[in-house]
Amino acid sequence: MARLSAENTEIALEIIGRYPRSKSALIPLLHLAQEQDGYVTDEAMAHIADLVGVSAAEVLGTASFYEMFKFEPVGRYMVNICTNISCQLMGGEELLEHAEHTLGIRPGQTTDDGLFTIEDVECIAACTEAPCLQVNYRYFHKITNGEFDQLIAELRSGSRTDIPAHGTLAKVRQRIPADRRAGVITPEDTAHPVWLASSQEAQS
Amino acid sequence: MSTTEVPRIITSRFDYEDSFTLARYEATGGYQALRKALGMAPSAVADEVKSASLLGRGGAGFPAGVKWGLAPAEVWPRYLVVNGDESEPGTYKDRLLMELDPHQLIEGVLLACYAIGCGQAFLYVRGEMPLAQERIATALNDAYAAGYIGRNILGSDFSVDVVLSWGAGAYIVGEETALIESLEGNRGMPRLKPPYFPAAKGLYMQPTIVNNVETLSNLPWIVSNGGEAFAAFGAETSRGTRMFAVSGHVKTPGVFEVEYGVTTFRDLIFSPQYGGGIRNDNAIKAFIPGGASAPWFFEEHLDLPLEKVTVDRAGSMLGSGAIVVMDETTDAVKACLRLVRFFSRESCGKCTPCREGTTWLEKILQRILDGYGRPSDLALLMDVCDNISPGIAWPPKQTTICPLGPSAVSPIASAIERFRPEFDARITQAEQTRISVPVAFPKAVTHA
Repeated sequence: MARLSAENTEIALEIIGRYPRSKSALIPLLHLAQEQDGYVTDEAMAHIADLVGVSAAEVLGTASFYEMFKFEPVGRYMVNICTNISCQLMGGEELLEHAEHTLGIRPGQTTDDGLFTIEDVECIAACTEAPCLQVNYRYFHKITNGEFDQLIAELRSGSRTDIPAHGTLAKVRQRIPADRRAGVITPEDTAHPVWLASSQEAQS
Repeated sequence: MSTTEVPRIITSRFDYEDSFTLARYEATGGYQALRKALGMAPSAVADEVKSASLLGRGGAGFPAGVKWGLAPAEVWPRYLVVNGDESEPGTYKDRLLMELDPHQLIEGVLLACYAIGCGQAFLYVRGEMPLAQERIATALNDAYAAGYIGRNILGSDFSVDVVLSWGAGAYIVGEETALIESLEGNRGMPRLKPPYFPAAKGLYMQPTIVNNVETLSNLPWIVSNGGEAFAAFGAETSRGTRMFAVSGHVKTPGVFEVEYGVTTFRDLIFSPQYGGGIRNDNAIKAFIPGGASAPWFFEEHLDLPLEKVTVDRAGSMLGSGAIVVMDETTDAVKACLRLVRFFSRESCGKCTPCREGTTWLEKILQRILDGYGRPSDLALLMDVCDNISPGIAWPPKQTTICPLGPSAVSPIASAIERFRPEFDARITQAEQTRISVPVAFPKAVTHA
């Protein structure tokens, strides 16, 4: 629970270096903090503020707008059940109710063992596979009550190694190799793009 | 019932197990359009896109070539922002394009940057889609290594970095000025207009073209085969092909690429190769033709073609290609409440008619559903709708910065107009139940 680790600070600086304005890196860095600690701590936000060059209040101001960021510990597995229209029509609300009974919690709550948090969420773009849910944003399609219980049992027993702890999104990061990098274009770089200029010369 | 024979333009690789790899992409004609474009003048590439009459696939259906042309001349730098924040209820296509064919999207991004003269591109993927983020990150890394992105692309003087960025859960960020705010590290709230188009003042107040994932995924085919070949498919005002997600009460829900403007709703919902008909052969009650923001359609609209202008004139929209089918067993009040609740939850809170209006619409519908509806509630609902969007017309009048609030009016106006007896019955029954329930007052406590 803390500031970004040395390793993550290095990743953060690399991400900041890709944007014309460092504040643009805020959301990616908040995800990095959440990946490190499972939620976004005050210390991490203060650290991010230093790295980006804004106040900690500005970091919180941005972070608090977005639903994925959590500011207190949540379950190792965030179970997001869609109840929006396509899923509602196919039993999403009933699935949510079943999940509440199975886990003994309401949306937004976490089980006592700290393993599961459930949320009823808006459309997650799997509408033809309704009812659907995500565990830490990994998709599960056309889920029945029985399949839900089995999934929970597997997560409890630790046999689902394909699902990382809450906070981890993509496991592959973009890396721009130094020798291939075109470079950041800031608003101050007002030069005519060279390939447009050369094409105009060729025409004239 | 007719289905037309056209090539799959953007889903052509979906059947390969390794559709997302660079090897598969190169083996199936990948990055050939980029090579071709580099031998053309950038303006000639833009002309191909213009002649294709490609309409934006994000929801508003604005012609992509025209949008590009809105960037003011000789103001540099320009940026390209890719809208991959797919979250309109019922919409399921951009995620597939990002997960299954990321290189096609990246090639589209490069073609757009080359034609428009963008110095840097930002690919904004919805936060809740880690697989799409992963596949795009891998594709970008591979494409950089192969010399397709970055400095002096394929030995030319064209250089551009494509940066993967991602969101964190906010529907409103799909609105292009909100997306730009988010990309600047701010709360994702739409910007006050004017300026009306980010093409004039967008990211860091520079000219910025914001294009949808599906729109850009069409570019490699258009550049390879020519804009006219693309425009040969589809109808007069809706060219090419389009992806539609058919969900809800159909036998075989799915995402289908079909000829734009020719295929009808009946084809998509009933044809065996698409939706396969209504489950249990029930009757159809209503369907949403273009996402939660679109007014509902009914049986009499089934034979309309999936064509922008026709659907607009009929009083709704094709929006983001999301067709949600409700059969006769559907509870219209419940469906209506769920859609309104979505807008209420996702309102960013900047404009009062939307923030307060959607909240009250949700409260009133919830109490009707809970059995506490009042006889005056339907009139009250319509009054609130009228305050959010005066006249409750289509296309909706706007009292707000962005269309989110007025969109919440669509499902209510549709459902109440068509299924008013259902709403009335809920309220009447509620009154009767309430009278028969004895009120349990707490016992008076007497103190010694």
